[in-house]
Formats: sequence, C-alpha cells, structure tokens
Amino acid sequence: METLSQFLAMGGYAVFVWPAYALAAVVMIGLLAQTVHALRARERDLAELGETRGKPARTER
Amino acid sequence: MHRFANPARFLRLSAAVLPWSALAAAALIAAGLYFALFASPPDYQQGESVRIMYIHVPAAWMALFVYTVIAAASGVALVWKHPLAHVAAKAASPIGACFTFLALATGSLWGKPMWGTWWVWDARLTSVLILFFLYLGHMALMNAFEDSSRGERAAAVLALVGFVNVPIIHWSVNWWNTLHQPASIMRLGGPTIAPSMLLPLFLMALGFTAYFVALLILRMRAELVARKVRIARMARVHAPAEMLRPAPGGAA
Repeated sequence: METLSQFLAMGGYAVFVWPAYALAAVVMIGLLAQTVHALRARERDLAELGETRGKPARTER
Repeated sequence: MHRFANPARFLRLSAAVLPWSALAAAALIAAGLYFALFASPPDYQQGESVRIMYIHVPAAWMALFVYTVIAAASGVALVWKHPLAHVAAKAASPIGACFTFLALATGSLWGKPMWGTWWVWDARLTSVLILFFLYLGHMALMNAFEDSSRGERAAAVLALVGFVNVPIIHWSVNWWNTLHQPASIMRLGGPTIAPSMLLPLFLMALGFTAYFVALLILRMRAELVARKVRIARMARVHAPAEMLRPAPGGAA
C-alpha cells in the first residue's frame, strides 16, 4: 500500500504528472470517439439517402 | 500515382492496414505507458516530473510530423490534382491540432514545477503556438467556402506557406536563446539521454504514429462517405426537375 501511495505521489509532482497523462488520454480517446461517431453518422446518412431516393425514383420512371 | 486515386483501391488498401495500425497503437502505447510510469528511473535533476516528457516529446514530434504530412498532401493536391490528397489533408489536420495542443499543455504542466512558470514567450514555445494556430486556420479554411474545392485549395496554400514554420520550430532552440532545452535525441552525434528513457519515448512515439495512421484512415473514410452524401443530395435536388421537364412539356 505504501508503494502504491508512493507511486501515486510521483515524488511530489503528482499534480503535474497525472493531469498530463489524463489530458492525453481524454484528448486521444475523445478524438477517436468523435471520429468513429462521425463515420457512423455519415454512413447512416448515405444509407437513408439510398433508401428514400432509390424507391420513388424507380416508381416514377 | 493516380492508380491510388481510385477510392475503391484506397478503401481496400486501408481496410488491410486499419486493424494492424489499431492493434499496433494499442500495444505500443500500453508498453510505452508501462516503461514511462513503472520501468524507468526518475531523472537526477527533474525527479519524477520527467515522466511528463514521455507524453510531451512524442506529442511534439507528431505535431511536426502530421503538419509535414499535410504539407506534402497539399503539394500533391495542388500540383498533380490527386483527388485523395485534399481528403487526406482535411482528415489529418484535427489530429495534428490535438497533438499540438497536447504538446503545449503537457509542456506547460512540466514548465510550472521545472521552470517556475506555465508559459514563456520564448522562440520554441511561440513557434509551436503558431503551429497550433496554423492547424486551426487550416481546419477553418477547409469549411469556409460554399464551394468546398475553393476551401481545399485555400487550405492547401496555407499549409504550404505555413510549412516554413516547421524548420523554424526545429532549429528555434539553436537560433535563439530559449528557455526550452536544445534537442537531445535528433542531433548530430546521437542521443544524449539514457537508454532506459529512450525506450518509453520511442514506444510512445511509434504508438502515437500508429494511432495517427488508424485515425487518418477512419477520418478519410468518413470524408469520402460525406462526399458521396453531398453528391447524392445534389442529385436528389436536381433529379425531380430533370424528370419533370419532359413530362409537363406539352402542358406548359
């Protein structure tokens, strides 16, 4: 337990080291999530367009 | 070169690369974190705060590397009119902006205990801040015009003009008297830091590169799909008019 608290204390630099790692995690995971979300949203748009466009166009012709 | 212009070919190639780059990113960053936080010694001057460097230095390298990729893609786009080059540049710049932000923020978190200040207007810090604004400008220009091809061209010109900042950043620590320390790894005569500290640096740098490749592929795919959606919507707007024209021709 003492080694864990020692590790977390980072030799007195805990308030600088951990925010740096946390920030990197938040930014990199956040960008990944935003990217995947945007890709899925665009693919959904395309699928919907294909459905609504394809059917009436064929019946009109 | 235009062999790769075919989106179908790009999609096939990227589908093969994506799982490997994602896997490599996860494994390299996990290993990098282990060595950065557990299996490397504290610095004799900086103490445990040196561990911030294992995020800061790879992020700063990526900030420059991604910008170089964007400038190269922009050059290819302007000279050879390669259709995927603008897509690559557009997909890369938010990733580069994130890495630049991380380099600035983690540098600040290291600067406070080591230099006694969050920020100084020295040549290295200022030129990296300019790089961050170049990324933001590039992203803004991409979406600034109704006609997306105009935005792409303007952004490509900005990326190429702004590339002059990359060598300035690299040599800023030699050309000016900066608070930021000079290069200790990418220098003539080899690195001057201990192998136990080089290992986490390189693992993180490779992990960040693999992460960039995976995200670049995903973002390029999203942009290609978005283009298809735009074209389909445009066809939908114009299609009824074309269809109606022959039918009521007699009536009108």
